[in-house]
Amino acid sequence: MNAWVGKILRVNLTKGAASVEDLNEEFARDYIGGRGLGVKYLYEEIDHKVDPLSPGNKLILVTGPMTGTGALAGGRYTAVTKSPLTGAIANSNSGGYFGAELKYAGYDMIILEGKAKTPVYLWIENDSIEIRNAKHLWGMETQQTTKTILSETDAEAKVACIGPAGENLLKIACIINDNGRAAGRSGVGAVMGSKNLKAVAVRGTQGVTVADPEGFRAAVLDAIKEFHDPYMSEVLGQYGTSDVVEFSNEVGLLPTRNYQTGVFEGASKIGGAVIAKYNLRGATKTKGCFGCPLACGRVTRIADGEFKGEGEGPEYETLGAFGSACGVDNPEAVITANYICNRMGMDTISTGVTIACAMELFEKGFLTEKDVGRELAFGDGHAVVELVEKAARREGFGNEIAEGSYRLATKYGHPEFSMSAKKLEFPSYDPRGGQGFALAYATSNRGGCHIRNEVHCVEFFGISLMGIVKTGDNLDRFTTNGKPAVAKKIQDFYSMIDSSGICNFIIIGSPDANVFINLMEKGTGLDFGGLDGFLKTGERIFNIERLFNLKAGLTAKDDTLPKRMLTEPMPDGPGKGQVVRLKEMLPEYYKLRGWTAKGVPSSKKLAELGISA
Amino acid sequence: MSKALIVNLDKCTGCRYCELACSFAHHGEYNPAKSNIQVSIFTEDAFYVPMVCTQCDRPFCGEVCPTGAISADEVNGAYVVLVDPEKCVGCKMCTMACPFGAITYQSSGIVQKCDLCGGKPECVEFCVPNALEFKDPELTNVRKSRAYAKKIYHQKEAD
Repeated sequence: MNAWVGKILRVNLTKGAASVEDLNEEFARDYIGGRGLGVKYLYEEIDHKVDPLSPGNKLILVTGPMTGTGALAGGRYTAVTKSPLTGAIANSNSGGYFGAELKYAGYDMIILEGKAKTPVYLWIENDSIEIRNAKHLWGMETQQTTKTILSETDAEAKVACIGPAGENLLKIACIINDNGRAAGRSGVGAVMGSKNLKAVAVRGTQGVTVADPEGFRAAVLDAIKEFHDPYMSEVLGQYGTSDVVEFSNEVGLLPTRNYQTGVFEGASKIGGAVIAKYNLRGATKTKGCFGCPLACGRVTRIADGEFKGEGEGPEYETLGAFGSACGVDNPEAVITANYICNRMGMDTISTGVTIACAMELFEKGFLTEKDVGRELAFGDGHAVVELVEKAARREGFGNEIAEGSYRLATKYGHPEFSMSAKKLEFPSYDPRGGQGFALAYATSNRGGCHIRNEVHCVEFFGISLMGIVKTGDNLDRFTTNGKPAVAKKIQDFYSMIDSSGICNFIIIGSPDANVFINLMEKGTGLDFGGLDGFLKTGERIFNIERLFNLKAGLTAKDDTLPKRMLTEPMPDGPGKGQVVRLKEMLPEYYKLRGWTAKGVPSSKKLAELGISA
Repeated sequence: MSKALIVNLDKCTGCRYCELACSFAHHGEYNPAKSNIQVSIFTEDAFYVPMVCTQCDRPFCGEVCPTGAISADEVNGAYVVLVDPEKCVGCKMCTMACPFGAITYQSSGIVQKCDLCGGKPECVEFCVPNALEFKDPELTNVRKSRAYAKKIYHQKEAD
């Protein structure tokens, strides 16, 4: 095979046995890689009703066909499993160097099964596979874990691991690779912890080929040309995503005090220009993931004071979650919370939004000082930092934060204060700021998520997403007209990006989808049959995820948003007075998807997509 | 003066695209392990160092080669130290002589090093941040000294 390397590594941790098998080429053609291929394998292999933290769940680390090739930013891998936070499908995508290294070792994916009796780590060096004792690593933070494993294996190896949060089965734990990159969402780190698997270290020295080398090289040069969009290459290069803070605030959807409003008076204090002061290189590119010319990553340092420290981040979502959502305008507290999350292995979005939820419960009197062990007012950066630390170790009230906002709010009698969809905490865009992306939040298969469907890019950044949606056409952000069709199309398109192994950030600024399709075709040798055929494959991926969720027990009732979004008008800013009008959009959305009124894919639709349920 | 590969350390982001471009050009596959240019990554300091053959005026690798397989030449306006695969016997002496680790032994049985792609380096073509440039090294150094002089001047002004 070209682009895929054609092998799967299967490791049964209960038995302590590893085996190598051929990649199912039919699955690869129909579900591509990354998110799509991983979901297909998981769908076929596990009991959909399985307890996500039991040995019966599987954790799949899967690359895409573009991973490890010269496709721009082709370094992604995805952690696919059943989520302990949501009970739905989890597919968390990460950059850095780990994904490409796995491919160079000769594997498109690793399927991790069962549960080791005692803590172990996996050491993969091309054909050599070892399951090693990790008792000495248990309890260790991610950076120390990585350093120790490199000293025990090969300095050139790449490591993906969990921190104390994953070990302690936090439902908001992530997997950290290459020290500062995260497969962040849906609690995938807890699944790894439940298997007693501390880390996967990999070193590979084999190559990845492409179907049409000359054509592929030309396609990459085309992509580089398109990439020179001023926003993508200059602004994101200078400030990373931190630049978005003030923009979101201006358009009135920067989540503030647990999404009570979309306007934060302290936005400029945690915006791009401020964060650049902590960036080791100032307002310029600091850190690129594998093969990525964009380099949106930040490497920062707080030189002195009570928050003295260093690490990677923050990016926009983290600034929103620990900053405005918690009412905190102290950038050093936000950056420190980010560092702790990286070291402990926690999702910054879910952690921040869960603390914001606790703050609102406290404000409303549903949580007391006795429950929390301290005062918990919005704006208290010290409280945020303290709670992140405590959550990682499940100490005191941290034990409630560890469960995510939905379980926290439910325990204290007010689930409506959990700002989540399908129990996954929202990213930093208040859905009342755009009807299309509100629909996208409600229908995303993994729950409250912006990067499975960046309708917001169209609605208020005016980005055409590679020309697949015409901006300006009926795209007023507060109208519901035409939004179901837009959401569906972008969801299907993003299913392909997430499955390709390319970072979705690199190409959203490009005006032409053919640049991406061309890379995929010249790399894999497949003929997708133009944009329509390409979207059809994406639709297949989206539907298999939907089927997984339905079999896991989710229903159309889960395609919704918190009461606040549906009934409380946005109090301030350009979106003042807006609520999400989901009822105007969902029936049409189901119809366009070929789903029944209960949100179930019709047999006709499944036959059209070649899915046998 | 002929052109040389210039590395601008402050522009490198550690993305390693140069390794991809090099291995693809020379081996027809994407494989950083076979790349002639290797990026050392020190993320904690946001410091990344692409290491590649400097094309020495007096190449140690060539001096120790017992078969005369390594020679310096001017190719398409670039001064380059080349390995003749017909003469290389895979003794690896050159890999020990090179202080930079820029010449490596390959499983094919011969050594390999940067050949500047015959005067049009692929790593430069694909380095979007322009951390790698292919130009006259003398002029580059003049620019570097000017930039440094400016820095000292501004420092003095600030004092």
